[in-house]
Amino acid sequence: MNKVIRFLPLVLVIALGIVLYRGLSLNPSDMPSALVGKAMPDFSLSIVKDAEKTVTKADLVGDIILLNVWATWCPTCKYEHPYLLEIATNPKLKSQVKLYGVNYKDERALAQQWLTNYQDPYQFSIFDEEGLLGVKLGVFGAPETFVIDHHGIIRKRFAGALDVRMWRKEFEPLIEQIIAERKQGK
Amino acid sequence: MMLNRILFIGTILFTAFFMADTSHATPVETFEFNDKVTKIRFQELSKELRCPKCQNQNLADSNSTVASALRLDLYNLLIQGRSDAEIVDLMVGRYGEFVLYRPRVSSLTYILWFGPVLLILIGITVVIVILRKKPVTKENLALNRQQKEKLQQLLKEETSSNSQPSSPVNKEDKE
Repeated sequence: MNKVIRFLPLVLVIALGIVLYRGLSLNPSDMPSALVGKAMPDFSLSIVKDAEKTVTKADLVGDIILLNVWATWCPTCKYEHPYLLEIATNPKLKSQVKLYGVNYKDERALAQQWLTNYQDPYQFSIFDEEGLLGVKLGVFGAPETFVIDHHGIIRKRFAGALDVRMWRKEFEPLIEQIIAERKQGK
Repeated sequence: MMLNRILFIGTILFTAFFMADTSHATPVETFEFNDKVTKIRFQELSKELRCPKCQNQNLADSNSTVASALRLDLYNLLIQGRSDAEIVDLMVGRYGEFVLYRPRVSSLTYILWFGPVLLILIGITVVIVILRKKPVTKENLALNRQQKEKLQQLLKEETSSNSQPSSPVNKEDKE
């Protein structure tokens, strides 16, 4: 009994070490969104390409949507841009999801320039100059991509760059699941 | 000589100017409040709420884009006349419990709130157990009969082996 107690501190230290070591490899920004399962928030904002045109939640809801938060000050957004174009042009993906943008805390002229220079993959981009729609969505930064189902419920928040690997791993199964639900009339 | 002095003072003034400048770099936007209470509530809430992007700063501290958006949102909510509790609930609804610098007591945060108390209690228990261990006394040091017999036996063996002069230790000693 005494011998067991003598080793107790060592065991405790090793256990603590394992816990802390695991903590090192955790990504602190990788957090589940508190909004998953809730309805997409209401908004009324203009679109990037036309300051006169106002869009609301009603303009989005009805299809399975990808809502991509982007900005011209965000280098990772440039990295993921080609894959967004792929989503918008690939016949299979195009039929499955509709891609909308949220231009987050940006300048309109710069955003318009970006869409001209690098092509525009979005149905339209909501111009969220003050970042208030971003706040309602629980956005941390850009890029972030939300999956919103045909009922307007947020199903996923993904922080980081979207590429083919991430698409297969994080998005494809969920999109297929939502399509199946939709077919069942849910 | 005179020129040197002027240059020296000039440099000091120059550095002092820029040092003063950096210390005022944090607040970017200005908000106007109708009354003092709302202003104080804004300041308190922006200290209580954590910046989601730069996780070791609160909203008041951070210069990140999301923090400035959240400050604006906070300001709007206060102007709309929402209560502190409502605002905190709303923020938690969007960003999760994590957004609070002082997390609420729930089953998720029990370990955070009560862990330290638990550790102190464990520490105190360990100290008490160690202190209450029986001190070494003459009674529990004394040999019992069996041990005494064994000792006698060993001593006898020792004396019989010592009588032989070929013991290597003894030999060396003599040299």
